Amino acid sequence: MNHLQRFFFVLLSCFLLSAVSVPCGWSAQAQQKALILATTTSTQDSGLLDVLVPIFEKQTGYFVKTISVGSGQAMKMGEKGEADVLLVHSPESEKAFVSQGFGFNRKLVMHNDFILLGPANDPAKIRGAKSAAEAFKRIAQTGALFLSRGDNSGTHAKEKGLWKAAGIAPDGQRWYHQTGLGMGETLNVAAEKRGYLLADRGTYLALDKKRRLGLEILVAGEPKLLNIYHVIEVSPAKWPKVNSAGAKAFSDFMVSGKTQEIISHFGTKEFGSPLFFPDAGKKPESLGL
Amino acid sequence: MDLIIEGIVKAFQLLASLDPEVLGIAWLSLKVSGLATLVSLVIGISVGTMVALTSFPGKKILVSLVNTGMGLPPVVVGLFVSILLWRNGPLGFLELLYTPGAIIIAQSVIATPIVMGITIAAMQNLPANLRLQILALGATRFQLVWMLVKEARLPLMAGVMAGFGGVISEVGASIMVGGNVRGYTRVLTTATVMETGRGNFDVAIALSLILLLFCFVINYVLTHIQQRERPR
Amino acid sequence: MKQPHSMLDLKDLKVDRGGVRILDIPSFSLYEKEFVSLIGPNGAGKSTLLLSIMGLLKLASGSVWYRGKEIQSDASRLHMRRKIAMVLQEPMLFDSTVYENVASGLKIRGVGRAEIRSRVMTYLERFNLADMAGRSARKLSGGEARRVSLARAFAVEPEMIFFDEPFANLDAPTRQSLTDDMDKIIREKGIAAILVTHDQSEALRLSNRVVVLNGGAVVQDGTPAAVMNSPVNEFVANFVGMETILEGVVLSNVEQQMAVLVGGHEIDAIGSGLPGNAVYCCIRPENVTVSIANPAHKTSARNVYPARIVEIASMGPFLRLKLDCGFPLTSYVTRESFAALALSQGCAVYASFKATSVHPIGKRTG
Repeated sequence: MNHLQRFFFVLLSCFLLSAVSVPCGWSAQAQQKALILATTTSTQDSGLLDVLVPIFEKQTGYFVKTISVGSGQAMKMGEKGEADVLLVHSPESEKAFVSQGFGFNRKLVMHNDFILLGPANDPAKIRGAKSAAEAFKRIAQTGALFLSRGDNSGTHAKEKGLWKAAGIAPDGQRWYHQTGLGMGETLNVAAEKRGYLLADRGTYLALDKKRRLGLEILVAGEPKLLNIYHVIEVSPAKWPKVNSAGAKAFSDFMVSGKTQEIISHFGTKEFGSPLFFPDAGKKPESLGL
Repeated sequence: MDLIIEGIVKAFQLLASLDPEVLGIAWLSLKVSGLATLVSLVIGISVGTMVALTSFPGKKILVSLVNTGMGLPPVVVGLFVSILLWRNGPLGFLELLYTPGAIIIAQSVIATPIVMGITIAAMQNLPANLRLQILALGATRFQLVWMLVKEARLPLMAGVMAGFGGVISEVGASIMVGGNVRGYTRVLTTATVMETGRGNFDVAIALSLILLLFCFVINYVLTHIQQRERPR
Repeated sequence: MKQPHSMLDLKDLKVDRGGVRILDIPSFSLYEKEFVSLIGPNGAGKSTLLLSIMGLLKLASGSVWYRGKEIQSDASRLHMRRKIAMVLQEPMLFDSTVYENVASGLKIRGVGRAEIRSRVMTYLERFNLADMAGRSARKLSGGEARRVSLARAFAVEPEMIFFDEPFANLDAPTRQSLTDDMDKIIREKGIAAILVTHDQSEALRLSNRVVVLNGGAVVQDGTPAAVMNSPVNEFVANFVGMETILEGVVLSNVEQQMAVLVGGHEIDAIGSGLPGNAVYCCIRPENVTVSIANPAHKTSARNVYPARIVEIASMGPFLRLKLDCGFPLTSYVTRESFAALALSQGCAVYASFKATSVHPIGKRTG
């Protein structure tokens, strides 16, 4: 056997050896019951789940598969019974989801807020506007570049709600660009193109820390800009294969005292203020919704 | 421009420090794509050899199908495999969705036509009289196939490398059927997409560099193979 | 004479391709230690015959017998095949070393490592390849590759060996030395051989039996001398290089001494044609002597004619002269003779040949 052949023989043997090891890993996981958590990219990107999920897994022995897609897609997965529990932030759609019987036990978990960002020179002059709707009107009037996620995520849903409240239909307008991308990417696009956008504070802070975006927070603080997260268990009535025990355990975990404590401190070290505010057990009205 | 340079610098730092998460992702990529290539090797070479050496009605159609399969868009494969593996889908009981196994299955579907197509071409390109000479030497049918495969080993190896190169760099199927679950189904390509989305260019570049390295090594070996002379 | 054992018998062998019958052999046998040359034009079926014996072609009908037993099962065919070595026109070497190539037949037969080693080294030496054992087969010259394919064939120590024009593209000296090496081993080991060749001098030199194939059928089967000097029909005559073939009619025949009317002249020949029969008179050019003076009383040759040299062509060491004696006649002379006799185009000479050199073949009527 010449050198090349020997090399390949060794390579092949290595793969065969690891081939044996990979399935061994899987069966272990299969025995441990798997829990499919469908959540949003903003929750995932903030890094909060990277902290909470391992704690949950250790506590309960479940293996959590975090599939981060937009809120819209997460609920579609729930509708098809392809997810066990949802952690989303799109209240209108969530209410419909539950009322249609796809999910139950919708519990308030935490909130942060959305902010309106834009270039420092603020061509549409929205800085200090009294409401987001007011700011949106000004953007539409001046025809300033606005970046939308356009992906049926929670953020996109909130944004659409705000346009409606402002009485404007932005779709198809020259200045309204839909990226179809995640929050981080859309922030990058807005930074590059020096446009306006609606983002959740958590993702903005995290991204801006890594790389100066050059965008400024122009409008914030209105109750309408609150970004509220709920955990919803998918209904096993429609889809018996749903891991309802696991879903319940996760739901309980998210609203438990210890977890809420962790949430309240998350991000403080890095960003000076927490990225999320725990709300378990509170009444939605108390948030000014 | 600073962004890119910054990213590259941070990338090297990450790699040099042997960041365990990055290495874990790279290793998983190799394992998953390696296994998928192994599956495609076994199926592709055996079936491909059979198809090349025998004649049967519909052979031309089959070979056309295989050649078409070589160009299957990975994201399409991912879509169909995920539909099959959905919990409530036909193969849902296997509980394979969002596991490395699902990625291996999808990547095997992508790589097998590549290996098979190249095998068929390579075997059919062997001199017509070689088969006669081997049989004249007193070979059994099994020995004949074995010796023909050995003779065609260089193009066959190139086919396997092409299969591997195709799957280690695909992202569409991996994301759909794997779910990009951290430490479980997160591979180089899916992690790169995610990190880019988050704005973590340094990590994204580090992962890309590793992927580029793998692709370069494959190509180098392929080139080495192709530069050898033909036997008389 | 005691009939030697037949190694191979073909009975009623018929092979078709594309609806056309390309081989039709009612019977053929290969005997122990025979060296058969198989000659014939392209497409005559020579390769087909060899492949049919090996069972590498589908037969339309007929059977192959090995040592008196019919080959019917795959197992018996494989068993027979492993007793035969076949060398094709192209060396068809494998993409590995010279050693590996020569060993391949033995590996197929499951011979042990030590035995393989000794046999391979033996045959590498016999074909002057010992110092190339480790070389890659891709890096060999044409002649070297050919020797490897021969060594590979002989290494399995076959009972029979078939050659399908294996020396076609080699230069004359290489061809000569290779055939000599090959011949030595064949005689030493008593291997029965079939050699397909276009080179008639080779066929003459090496074989003790010549089989002429044309259009898928055996046209003549005999000793080299018989085929060369007594071709059974004008096709064979033409093929084996009877340069002069004259049409004529038998005038008289007394005890095998014939007189044949050819082109207005009477030629003396030896044969069994009856008066009135149409015949071809075939005369080998080597048997036609050219002289300046009339040799009528100095030679025992019965046929002497005045002639004119019509064409001179070079044939290597000798020259081919086309003569007009009233009928066309071809003669070969050495260059020395040509010079000594100061011959030239248009020269008037005398051509003479013996009656025994004239070989009459019955002409096909109709």
